[in-house]
Amino acid sequence: MYQYDKYDQAMVNARVEEFRDQANRRIAGELTEDQFKPLRLKNGLYLQLHAYMLRVAIPYGTLNSRQTRMLASIARKYDRGYGHFTTRQNIQYNWIKLEQAADILAELATVEMHAIQTSGESIRNVSADQYAGAAADEIIDPRPYAELIRQATSFHPEFSYMPRKFKIAVIASDEDRAAMRSHDLGFKLIRNEKGELGFEVYVGGGMGRTPFISPLIRDFLPVDHMFSYTEAVLRVWNRWARRDNIHKQRVKILVHEWGAEKFAERVEAEWQEILPNASDIPHKELERIAAYFAPPAFDENATDEIDLSDPDFKIWVEQNIKQHKQPGYAIVNISLKPAQGIPGDASADQIDLLADLAEQYSFDELRVTHAQNIVFPHVKKSDLYALWQKLDAAGLAPANIDLISDIIACPGLDYCSLANARSIPVAQKIAERFSDPEGQRDLGELKLKISGCINACGHHHVGHIGILGVDRKGTENYQLLLGGSGAEDASLAKITGPGFDENGIVDAVETTITKYRELREDGERFLDTYRRVGMAPFKEALYD
Amino acid sequence: MTDILRYRDDDAPMEPVVTISSFSEQNNSSAVLIEAGDDARDLLPYLDRLQLVVIDFPRFRDGRGYSSARILREAGYTGEIRAVGDVLVDQIWHMRRCGFDSFAPNSPLDPKVVEESLSRYEYVYQSAADDAVPIWKLRHE
Amino acid sequence: MNILTGNDLKTGDVIWWTGSDWSRHVEDAVDVGDNYEAILHKEEAASRVNSPYAISAEATEDGPRPAHIKDRVRALGPTVRPDLTLKPADPDAGNWVI
Repeated sequence: MYQYDKYDQAMVNARVEEFRDQANRRIAGELTEDQFKPLRLKNGLYLQLHAYMLRVAIPYGTLNSRQTRMLASIARKYDRGYGHFTTRQNIQYNWIKLEQAADILAELATVEMHAIQTSGESIRNVSADQYAGAAADEIIDPRPYAELIRQATSFHPEFSYMPRKFKIAVIASDEDRAAMRSHDLGFKLIRNEKGELGFEVYVGGGMGRTPFISPLIRDFLPVDHMFSYTEAVLRVWNRWARRDNIHKQRVKILVHEWGAEKFAERVEAEWQEILPNASDIPHKELERIAAYFAPPAFDENATDEIDLSDPDFKIWVEQNIKQHKQPGYAIVNISLKPAQGIPGDASADQIDLLADLAEQYSFDELRVTHAQNIVFPHVKKSDLYALWQKLDAAGLAPANIDLISDIIACPGLDYCSLANARSIPVAQKIAERFSDPEGQRDLGELKLKISGCINACGHHHVGHIGILGVDRKGTENYQLLLGGSGAEDASLAKITGPGFDENGIVDAVETTITKYRELREDGERFLDTYRRVGMAPFKEALYD
Repeated sequence: MTDILRYRDDDAPMEPVVTISSFSEQNNSSAVLIEAGDDARDLLPYLDRLQLVVIDFPRFRDGRGYSSARILREAGYTGEIRAVGDVLVDQIWHMRRCGFDSFAPNSPLDPKVVEESLSRYEYVYQSAADDAVPIWKLRHE
Repeated sequence: MNILTGNDLKTGDVIWWTGSDWSRHVEDAVDVGDNYEAILHKEEAASRVNSPYAISAEATEDGPRPAHIKDRVRALGPTVRPDLTLKPADPDAGNWVI
């Protein structure tokens, strides 16, 4: 994975001192909260429901063991012994003190980490496929490109005061494992007929109160123009975003109001103006970055056999292991959705263990996924059993990846001042209702996502089953949505009808599942059945 | 405290500043004001006679002025670009990089604090309207 | 009743106006009636509180109970981690929120 050179380190170190100075000025009363707020947001520091909350960037979800141990250490030393992995591959700490925030950033800087631009109206953490470098279906590892654009959009002088946040994703396969179409700017690496490497460029996806799947804006962008084209997109958005209404300022609104064609034309015209500035990063720099992402030293003689005689191990393999491009190796999904747990939370001890195990079994690398789980990208098949035993002992081996209990849930009203309803208890009750492991496997792939408010951090719009918490006359109420997908078959979920209270929504999910079981044909996931039969049978079962 | 912070050697133009719409109608003005919603490219035919472009920031969060400045510099404008309005000291570094060379914000700036924030970052990741050499270039020299 | 709340500037702790000071316990909050703007300004200007505001609450025998569930979660702590709340030893504390 990428390693900082003296320049990267200098930038991060300077940022720490800048923030320390700003925080000190705030504590001394020289800055008001209004003046300080955008400055602290540029460093991922929120004033949240219970305390300050810090969101640490994990670029394209990739960590080594040294960084992972630092995350555990911060949880212990400065927080309350745990961290929360988010739907943008970052980690959040909920109990931070302002007077210690600069010290935390200083410690993060010693392991090449930061919280730069993780909140506020910034260009946010760049996401990528969590199986990058390991997946058999990728045409090339997308992460060098993610790293390039990450650097190029950090501390950008023209684009540091944008209308709203801006989220970028990079993928390199037909299967979209990073919800790329739900990002403001999405790059999909492809080869054209001549075999040249380039991007399909998508602009205008997003969640929130007006979700959109991004349309294709350019069908082929040569890779060497990734940055200049990004500048063109940002500049068009900066100029033309609606500024009358905070809820209309994301680029998705502009793309939707103009239409993809007009937006593409404006960007193209701006890009032609920008190109002569020669701001593009030269190819040799991309090569320098890419060298850090060379495949690890795989054992060419590793056996492709897995001994599945242990039945619990067998189930875990079937559910959580994905095919690696290298024979003898496997991609391991580690679920942070244990029964009665909190989706995406991990204790400091668990995070330390993940660091040790990644170092030992996965070439010192692990990934955070937007589904709030962990991936060990390169595990020898002959090591899987030993790894599983150690994970299992620590409660890190639920065999539920992509099953109904693998729920994506935002922190909700238990943690977030934006929320209208609690999401975690609903996730726990649903997981409890469907706890039977065989029953879950029989249901098959079922991506259930819960958001505690309309900001949709739980990605409920792209859940096969989505749940949205709302405030109904001062009490918590939950809307049920069906048929969303954050994969390459992207679609937005539709609301079923009137909302339910907390117990009602769990029953409603059960009713929906029962109807699915009734109607499903061979091999159909819930999503497939829903797409075939439509909303009507479910609506009828829920409300008649 | 200072009212106008200026990074140019020449004298500040004393011309009255006109809006973009009156500017193109008139023939003799050399100082123009760009509001946040204006298109800086409207000025491209007149760059030769412009000495001062004032760019207004109605709220410090409104970043349109950064693009306006950079567009003018990209088009070859070498006259003064001045930031006015709601400008905070923490923004001066970015503004300098976008081509602003004078500042007359609503709240006066402390030159000492400005100097600290301008010298905070030794390097830059991307090229802009200034002559700072981006990191990618330093890496391959 | 109206009670005042905010966060401690340095630590971020949720705090409540007691009439003379700021407490971490909502039970100590006092009814400020309708004229509290001056208190908010004075306390914030002196940095004794960060981003203070008023919320409505009902008077109960256990002290003020914020009217909105969000404020009750804020007063106690996350309902899903009783060990992290202000009353970790009280098994009924969550009921007060809900």
